[in-house]
Amino acid sequence: MENIKNSRRNFLKTSAVASFGLALGISGFTKDASLKKISAAILKLEINPFIIIDTAGNITLVNPRPDMGQGSTQAVPSLLAEELEVSLNKVLIVQSDGNGKYGSQTSGGSSSVRELWLPIRKAGAAAREMLTTTAAKRWNVPVSECRAEDGKIVHTTGKSLTYGELADDASKLEIPKEPKLKEAKDFKIIGKYNQRLDVPERVTGKAIYGIDVDVPGMVYASILHSPAIHGKVVSIDDSETKKVKGVLQVIKTERTMPHRTSEAVAVVATNCWAALKGKKALKVKWDNAGYEKSLNNADYFAATTEAAGKPGINFEEKGDFSAKFAAAKEKLEANYETPFLAHAPIEPENAIAHVKDDGSVEIWAPVQGPDWTLRDVCGYLKVKPEQVKINVALLGGAFGRKAYHDFVLEACHISKQVKKPVKVIWSREDDISQGPYRPGMLSHMQGFVDKGKITGFHHHTIGESIARQVFKGLKEDEADSWIGGELSIENSKYQFDAASKVSWTNVKTDIPVVWWRSVYASNFGWGQECFIDELAHLAKKDPLKARLEILPDERFQKVLNTLAEKANWDEKLPEGSGKGIAVFKSFGSISACCITVTKKDQGVRIDKVVSVIDCGYYVNPDNVKAQTEGNIIMGLTAAIKDGITFTNGICDQTNFHQYNILRLNETPKMEVHIVDSGSVPGGVGEPGLPPIAPALGNAVFAATGKRIRKLPFDINNLG
Amino acid sequence: MAIYNLSVNEKKVKVDVEPDMPLLWVLRDFAGLKGTKFGCGMAMCGACTVHLNGQPARSCQTPVSSVGKSDKITTIEGIGDGKMHIIQKAWIEEQVPQCGYCQSGQIMSAVALLKSNPKPTDTDIDAAMSGNLCRCGTYDRIRKAIHRAAEEIKVSESGIGKR
Repeated sequence: MENIKNSRRNFLKTSAVASFGLALGISGFTKDASLKKISAAILKLEINPFIIIDTAGNITLVNPRPDMGQGSTQAVPSLLAEELEVSLNKVLIVQSDGNGKYGSQTSGGSSSVRELWLPIRKAGAAAREMLTTTAAKRWNVPVSECRAEDGKIVHTTGKSLTYGELADDASKLEIPKEPKLKEAKDFKIIGKYNQRLDVPERVTGKAIYGIDVDVPGMVYASILHSPAIHGKVVSIDDSETKKVKGVLQVIKTERTMPHRTSEAVAVVATNCWAALKGKKALKVKWDNAGYEKSLNNADYFAATTEAAGKPGINFEEKGDFSAKFAAAKEKLEANYETPFLAHAPIEPENAIAHVKDDGSVEIWAPVQGPDWTLRDVCGYLKVKPEQVKINVALLGGAFGRKAYHDFVLEACHISKQVKKPVKVIWSREDDISQGPYRPGMLSHMQGFVDKGKITGFHHHTIGESIARQVFKGLKEDEADSWIGGELSIENSKYQFDAASKVSWTNVKTDIPVVWWRSVYASNFGWGQECFIDELAHLAKKDPLKARLEILPDERFQKVLNTLAEKANWDEKLPEGSGKGIAVFKSFGSISACCITVTKKDQGVRIDKVVSVIDCGYYVNPDNVKAQTEGNIIMGLTAAIKDGITFTNGICDQTNFHQYNILRLNETPKMEVHIVDSGSVPGGVGEPGLPPIAPALGNAVFAATGKRIRKLPFDINNLG
Repeated sequence: MAIYNLSVNEKKVKVDVEPDMPLLWVLRDFAGLKGTKFGCGMAMCGACTVHLNGQPARSCQTPVSSVGKSDKITTIEGIGDGKMHIIQKAWIEEQVPQCGYCQSGQIMSAVALLKSNPKPTDTDIDAAMSGNLCRCGTYDRIRKAIHRAAEEIKVSESGIGKR
């Protein structure tokens, strides 16, 4: 079967063939993961996270981080190949299946390289040392005369042995606890341009995404969800649906989100089109009572605005902000708003589940984390992990959405009833109208200046909490630490001489929320960076200089100065043009952006976007640029395209005609520059996004004098 | 149900399906060609773009009954003539795809553009490519890749590199 080519099934075949070989396990991918020796019998190795070098010299790595376009299938194996001294195209990559022994396996929080930087390199270095020692022994020469090179150990005399020839003996050695890692100056792969090996299959139509996976005996299901998301089924009229050729059954099902379960109706069919067509013909009466208020934008944002007038719960406070704000002569206060947003990956949510009579379960799905999927499937079906096999398929985009497994559990629920493998495919309408969404948020900002310097700053963050709604992990009297931590002085590095404060008020909603690319940084970067700009103008300071004054941190200084140079910040612009900047640190990386706009009719046009990122050590500079370019597009989309709105219990957007995303003709000129700080690796997939919207808002102000405080806004008509 | 004889990538394909079934689902579920993607189901995203007699068409809005026996359907699997198409090579050189899901549709639109206009300007590219959404945000690279492919065509047509 085509679809399992890269799955563990193929891997097991590989490992069974390699009856003797060297294997390394890394137990958990924590920062100081200890390397553990695994017993010699290869077939036992499937219970451990590992690297295998078989006697033919093939190297296999279990990649624990699914690739949703962010490049983890290149980045993670690169770390291994670097230390092992092999070229990247000699590594066979198989995706992990969720087994806890592989450690954390969820692509999220821009964490793949950040978390695996040391443990995976250590595993590679340990293997290299064991192979070198083995060769030295065989030749009876000192280890210092042997070096690893392109899959071989080479002696100073020129003789060599391949890794495959050494693997058997090397596997009998103790695994060095602290193998010597290569120095950065000796890196051949890390930090260098390398084409991604998965690109050819993505331009030829050969890549198999989740939606493309077929399994024998499979049926298709399309699901009618309640328009009010949590509504109850009153009655089902499936008379028209059953007339659709190919429709097999109409059954009641359920959508289980992490925090609650909703009723739904499934149309099961022999092919995908019949399932989708049958769903359109279905007539279901819903009881949506009670959700008119709790799923309603106007009410939600009214509540956030009301909360802005009251004190929140402090996350941190330096100095007595309120007293100093009250006494300040030059001060400002403003509310900044960001909307709910759908992730809208172009591949809609889909999953195949086969719940078998013997209680075992097999899943094929494009999910960000096989470990989390395994946990959710086990919890939902009340089965044990050893009864479940998770096959991660390629993800056609995700942006956080596919680390929320309602669609996988739907497939489980239906499969259990029809006793067949079931492929659930969400329509675009399901994707956009059902959530979960990035939460809409309000930033209540207060600040003051003294003698031309910004010296007081308060960010009151207001809205629904992912920790509260999804994980029920936030107490009523507790500030959301995901938000507070990011906006804290420790992370933002802003130094306010007089006083500063980060506070929080939880406004609850039944609109389902979850992380969306860069999570809260995408909300609160807007308030923080636009308000700094407002205060800079109040202080009659250039917005760049005002920031440099209160950002003493060396890395921030370098990022901002690089941006100023690359974006030609000091150039004199014609009347009607303006530049805006913003900087934000998220997921361990600092990103700054400068946008130039020019007045056009009732709005502005974007002339150019320049982004700078300091993500510390990185694997592939081209991928850092690609991700940052993607963040420019997604950040602009979030700023000037459509938000998600609910009116009286129902989502107002259904498809791309109402939830527009930026198109090619709207793509401005862009440049991305990397600052090489040599710091520990930060994230790459998300940090480029938060500065985009505020840089644009600040540019609009510079060009037109109009201050935008609510997203999204109409760039063609500023009102 | 009805029998349709289709010409897909210069091969004959016979399917027995409902007349209103969009070509997209015929290709994916009955012809085994999964390279053409489902994105929105209403011709808003372009992920399902194929060629009908050389012209780009949204297969999610093309009922199979509207496709004639003599109409030539080309999908992403059929553009290279067994080799990499010049556009596909340019896509690799510019490292365009991220998740890659929309790229079949993007490439089909780009191939049609270059066939009718071997030296497109940025405005021409805007006009031809703006019906294809990419949520990963690869548009800047798509534009560069099209210009690169146009250069390649110019070089090969001028005879440089030919013997």
